[in-house]
Order: sequence, then structure tokens, then C-alpha cells
Amino acid sequence: MTVLDIRAVTKVYGEGAATVHALRGVSLDVEPGEYVAIMGSSGSGKSTLMNILGCLDIPTAGRYLLDGVDVSRLNDRQLALVRNRRIGFVFQSFNLIPRTTAVANVELPLAYAGVKAAERRRRALVALDMVGLADRAGHEPNQLSGGQQQRVAVARALVTEPALVLADEPTGNLDSRSTEDILRIFDDLHAAGRTIVLITHETDVAARASRLIRLFDGQIASDVQQDRILA
Amino acid sequence: MSLFEVLRFAVRGIGANKLRSGLTMLGILIGVAAVILLVAVGNGSAQQVADRIEALGTKTLTVQGTGGGQVLTPAVAQALHDPVLAPDVTSVSPVVSTQATLTYQGTDHAVQQFVGSYPSYFGASNSPVGTGAAFTDDDVAQGRRVVVIGKTVADELFPGTAAVGKELTVSGALFTVVGVLDEKSSASGFMDANDLAIAPLTAVQQTLTGYGAYNSIVVEAASSAKVADAQSQVSLILSQRVQVPAGSTSQPYRIQNASQLLETQTETADTFTTLLGAVAGISLLVGGIGITNIMLVTVTERTREIGIRKALGAPRRVILTQFLAEATMLSLLGGGLGVAAALIGSRFTIVGVRPVIVPSSIALALCVSVAIGLFFGSVPANRAARLRPIDALRYE
Ligand SMILES: Nc1ncnc2c1ncn2[C@@H]1O[C@H](COP(=O)(O)OP(=O)(O)OP(=O)(O)O)[C@@H](O)[C@H]1O
Ligand SMILES: [Mg+2]
Repeated sequence: MTVLDIRAVTKVYGEGAATVHALRGVSLDVEPGEYVAIMGSSGSGKSTLMNILGCLDIPTAGRYLLDGVDVSRLNDRQLALVRNRRIGFVFQSFNLIPRTTAVANVELPLAYAGVKAAERRRRALVALDMVGLADRAGHEPNQLSGGQQQRVAVARALVTEPALVLADEPTGNLDSRSTEDILRIFDDLHAAGRTIVLITHETDVAARASRLIRLFDGQIASDVQQDRILA
Repeated sequence: MSLFEVLRFAVRGIGANKLRSGLTMLGILIGVAAVILLVAVGNGSAQQVADRIEALGTKTLTVQGTGGGQVLTPAVAQALHDPVLAPDVTSVSPVVSTQATLTYQGTDHAVQQFVGSYPSYFGASNSPVGTGAAFTDDDVAQGRRVVVIGKTVADELFPGTAAVGKELTVSGALFTVVGVLDEKSSASGFMDANDLAIAPLTAVQQTLTGYGAYNSIVVEAASSAKVADAQSQVSLILSQRVQVPAGSTSQPYRIQNASQLLETQTETADTFTTLLGAVAGISLLVGGIGITNIMLVTVTERTREIGIRKALGAPRRVILTQFLAEATMLSLLGGGLGVAAALIGSRFTIVGVRPVIVPSSIALALCVSVAIGLFFGSVPANRAARLRPIDALRYE
């Protein structure tokens, strides 16, 4: 069954003279296990699309089915459940909770999923170890570099082992070695059959995906299956 | 997610912003403590007035000369003692009083009131003699220089030794101490009720005041129920005996009973309490504005935080519970500390007044502060929790 199914989705910000058409009719199907990269110039609507896919925002018009369910029909509690159990979301701007340690940030989705404290701590530490930050577990966001914060955000998205991973430039602030670490994690997730949608500006990151979508001015300019180039 | 977990989140939220939490709590603490304490001070002073009137006795009338003329003469005092015209008067005690310096073996003590009167004054003024004895009618008749002193005087002049039998000097005259008064509750903040000396009227007139008019005449009624009757009898006699001076319309004396005194003084005390209450209300308001300010400043940050939590899958109910619990804990803790501070503060005398806590003021102050805390803690949280995660994240 199709995981993501959006039909003629538009998104308009603002009113009157300040109106911005961020998305101008985007239609897209993503099947389970696909590894999709989205590219496009700055302001082309990538984050806007991703926020809608992550159930964080709603489209101005158009339809969005997640696992065959129309998201607009879900109430607050059901949406919370979807965000918590189905989706792992990595924000472009990290969005860690300030004055809260890395491990506590990573634990958060597990807490809302009702996982017991000890189990939560264990899994959060495993996730942090996976992104190479085991030794920074007790640090608060303002004590971490941009790249480290980004990796905490990745760990937080993966800790619930979601079937769908949505990552908005997860390697935007990373050096080539850290980028490689993160991409290898995504490779593993892909191998395990998870669905991944990732936004990037780097062609070599996009080359790891099985499908490449280019956005231009709020519309899909190209959508091609490609052979994955593994490092 | 269990309630216990949510509460743990709330505790962590408070701990994560120690300065903000501390300031919020401080605002509530000061507001609550100020209200409770100021109301307690007002109440305490009202209570003191009541005590003082009580101490005066409820069955006495005080006749005071006004206008400085020779009004309260011995003849007038004599006339009040009339079983036919004034059947409800049981005793009449003329009073002269002055300030004087008492000296004993080189120690000086300036006594606020050196009273000359009759032995009946002890009963009428509600000043029982503790050790020793009061002077007698015979002492008055003979003009013997004996004196009964208050507790403060005894402590000042004869610390650690028995006062009775000692001789002290008042303006060059030698007085023998025959008794010490029981300690009275120091009713007024401005006057020490135990700082006085009482001697036979004649002796005081001889040595200190001279034979002018009396300062006042204390009249004792048969019972508190008879005070009104006694007052009309006294006023009838006085109106016959005392001439209204030429060029004046009012009588040159004033008759007061304890309940009239109580009334005027209570009015004063009430004004005082109202004033303090207003000040307390203002401080609670200022505290509230402080809290509001802190809360509003942090709304942006908290709204973003709520956006993150929602994006990670927190339902609205869980978020609201957490923020409500945070606000409740903060305001309860601040309010509790405020009550504690007020209770501790009320053990000290403030501007000469022993504060007496009014229980309802505790309830009121706590309710108001908790309401403020809850309102400003939960309203922004409630609004933010309704936003779409992305809008909460973008909030500025
Ligand atoms: N909240 C908003 N209000 C008004 N306009 C917005 C808002 N969010 C985004 N936009 C506009 O919508 C367009 C698309 O924004 P979006 O964030 O999707 O771009 P993007 O492709 O992610 O760019 P980047 O690569 O820089 O992250 C931009 O022109 C932006 O100015
Ligand atoms: Mg973007």
C-alpha cells in the first residue's frame, strides 16, 4: 500500500500583497521502503512540503493520505499518535528543547509513547551512540556544536524506530565524516525496509537515494528513479 | 503517558528554568506574605485597642475637664458621691497625674504617669496590686508619702530585688514603696501601661501638682449594665454644679464611658486596617504584575517548546497537564513559602504592634496568588497547545 499519497497539494502563506505560493499543486506517491531525496533551490518549497508530510502543517488545498488515511480527518489525539509512532522527523533547525540534556531530548518521543523510564534511557543512549554522541549525552543544546545538535535531532527522530523517516537537510551542518555516519544509518534503515524522505542540497547525498525529486518554484520539476551510488 | 510521568516533566520544567521559576515564586511569596502580615498588623492593633479598653474596665466613667478652667474641684467630686441623686455610682476617684522622675540610689527613672488618687482608683482603673498592698483611705487622709509602682518602674529601679519597703525620691520628696501592680498587657504601642506610679491624692498634691483642679474623675458604676444610668446621673449633677463659662456654648467637661472610648478607638483602628489592607492589595497586584511579566516574556520560548513537544507526538491534554502542573507547583510553593514567611514575621512586634493573623487573609492571599499563577501559566500554554506544531515553532 502507498505510504505517502498527496494529490494536487497547494500551500499559500499570507494574504493580499504578501501572498506567497509556496506549493503550487504537488502530487506524489511514495511506496513502502522507498528512499526519496528531494532537491531544489532555496525557497522552492521543500520544507513546506516536508512539514505537510510530517503532519505538522496542513495544505491550503489538496489531499494527503498517510497509509491510506486522510490526515485532515484525524483529531488532535490521533494526530499526536501518528507523529509519535509512525513518523520520525528531523527539523532543518534541529528544534531541541533548550536547557534539557541531549539524552532527555532524545527520550522525549519515547516518553510520549509511554515507554518506562529505564527502558527509555537505555534506548536513548543507544540512539545517541549510533550518531556518535554517546559522550555528549549529558550536554545541553547550548553546549553542543551545530553539527552535534543536528545529530541529536537525528537520534531523536530514530529512537522510536519509525516506519517513515522525514529528514529536512539532516546533513546540512555536518563535515564529510559525520555526514557519512548519518548516511550509513539511513542506508541501514533503508535496508531494513523503512521509508525515507530526505531533503538535501548536496548531490552526493542525493545520489544515495533510490529516487530523486526536484522541486522548482513550488512544483515538481522532475521525479526519477535512480541507481543508488554507495560510498 | 501516566500522570506521574507528566508531573516529573513538570518538575523538570521548573528545574530547567531556575531563574524564571525563582522569580515567579518570589513574586508570589512577597505578595502573599505582605497581604497576610499587613492584615495581621492591622488586626493586631485593633485587638490592642480592645484590650486596652477592656483593661480600663467596662463599668467606669471618666469625667475630664476641658478648656483648662478650674472645673473638677473637690466640691464637684464630693457632689458626685450622692446616694440619692446618683444611686448607681459606687465609687468616685479624683485623679491628678503628672510626669515625674523617680530616683533610687542614684538610678533615675522618668515615669510617664505619676497618679494621685484614692484607693478606689485601683479597682476602678482595673489595676490590681500584685505584691505588697494598696494604700488606704487613712493614708490619703494623712497625706502619707507611700506609692504603688508599676512593673516597669519596679524592674528599672529595683532590678532583682524586692521593691516593697524601699524608699525613692520624687522631686525631692521621699516616698515609700508599699506595693507593685500586677503586670498589665501593654495595650498601646506608644505607651507602656506598666510605666506608672500611684500615690495618695493628698501626697501627690502636696509634693508635685499643688492643690489645683483634678485632671479627671473616675466614676465606677455598680455594674456594666448600670453604666448608662450612672452616666446620666453624673451628667445631671455636673450640669447643676458646673457653670458653662461666659461666651461658650459647650460644657467645660466631657464624660466618657468605656464603650464610647471603644467606639472612637475602634474607628481609628479600622481606618488603619483598611489602609494596611490597601497597601497589601497593591503589593499583591505588583507581585501579580511581576509574575505576568515573567510569564509573558517566556511565552515565546515556551510556545516553541510546546511546538516541539507536539511535533514529537504529545497530545494537547498531556501538554496542558504538564504546564498546569508547573504553574500549580510554582504558585503553591511560592504561596506556601509566603505563608511561612508571614507566620514567622508575625512572631515579631512590628511598629509596636503584635500582629494577629487573620485566617481568612491566608486563604484569600493564597487563592489570589494561585489564581494568578495558574492563569498566566496555563493561558499561554492552552493557546500554544491549540496551534499547529509548525505555527507554534514559528511563534515570535
Ligand atoms: N510561515 C511562512 N509565512 C510566509 N511565507 C513562508 C512561510 N514559510 C515559508 N514561506 C515562504 O515559502 C517559500 C518556501 O519556503 P520553504 O521553507 O519551503 O523553502 P525551502 O525550499 O525549504 O528553502 P531552504 O532550502 O532555504 O530551506 C519561501 O519563499 C518562503 O519565503
Ligand atoms: Mg527548508
